[in-house]
Amino acid sequence: MSKFNKKKKGLPPINTASLPDIVFMLLFFFMVATTMRETTVMVEQQIPSATEIKKLQDKRLITYIYVGEAQDKETYGEGDKIQLNDKIADVKDVRSFIFAAREGVNEDERDYMTTTIKADINCSVGTINDIEKELREINALKILYSTRRGEIE
Amino acid sequence: MARRDTPEINAGSMADIAFLLLIFFLVTTTMDVDAGIARRLPEKQPIDAPPPPVIKERNVFEVIINKNDDLLIEGEYSEVTEVRQLAIDFIDNGGSKGNPMLSLGETEGKECDWCQGAKDSESSDHPNKAVISLKTDRSTTYGTYIKVQNELGAAYTVLRNRLSLEKYNILYTDIMIALEKDKKNESLKAKRNYIREHYPEIISKSENQ
Repeated sequence: MSKFNKKKKGLPPINTASLPDIVFMLLFFFMVATTMRETTVMVEQQIPSATEIKKLQDKRLITYIYVGEAQDKETYGEGDKIQLNDKIADVKDVRSFIFAAREGVNEDERDYMTTTIKADINCSVGTINDIEKELREINALKILYSTRRGEIE
Repeated sequence: MARRDTPEINAGSMADIAFLLLIFFLVTTTMDVDAGIARRLPEKQPIDAPPPPVIKERNVFEVIINKNDDLLIEGEYSEVTEVRQLAIDFIDNGGSKGNPMLSLGETEGKECDWCQGAKDSESSDHPNKAVISLKTDRSTTYGTYIKVQNELGAAYTVLRNRLSLEKYNILYTDIMIALEKDKKNESLKAKRNYIREHYPEIISKSENQ
């Protein structure tokens, strides 16, 4: 009988030596495929969806303007707010903001710079028009209304 | 001398460390691509600029969105879903001669022989004369505005796709996708410019005072 008892072993342990490799592979994928969020968005951002969309390739040539109601209403109050970089700003500041963005770009590429307006679905067109008026003043004519891909409701 | 094997390093916690890093990157990064509706703003006019040429009323497709997000197209209440077809009918009408296309060496305007519209004398003359005028109120919601802009863009895409399919046997949208991958392809660029020339996107935008 003892002969048979000897054979009775538990399951061999599963070799997990390749587990780190797999996880590292995933890690590198995410490191390469994703971009760090550079600014903290302080306004409401419920982006509308659209079907006729165009993708922008070169991130260096994009400047972002966020529009929406402030998340922190106690500090900033009600109504549409414009966020440039990390702070809530006035429409008048758009000009200097775009000029600052232009500084960081080669002169021959400045014509390709695009201003992406990330606006909340509930904000009013008047605010957007004010921004566009400022952009026209300084000849920053290429704009993009940021949308998600999807059917409109 | 007794030779001792170097003890094996325990790599069991390697996975834990890697997981930690992985989760960190998962949480801190965003995958958003920059996509949206691209428009070009009109250039700023100098103060002494000559007054803009008068455009015939039949060449203007008037879309008004009021402060309650109601839609008025050519003087009639409409739904967002109707915008596309109405805009297509207007642009593609081809009732008369258009502006001369200078890049094709034309000295005087010709009739639109690629249009399939009704050739109604009350509607637009030619795609390159057809202006879409989008008027909004200050308190129009951005969501509605984008919906309408999207539908107007879609109208042009439908017409461009149709012309491109007839002429080159490829969709205009496919040309654009191919151009994204191969930016220096001159034959594709020529095709794109040809289509754009025949159905130019003329959307003017203003705010009701």
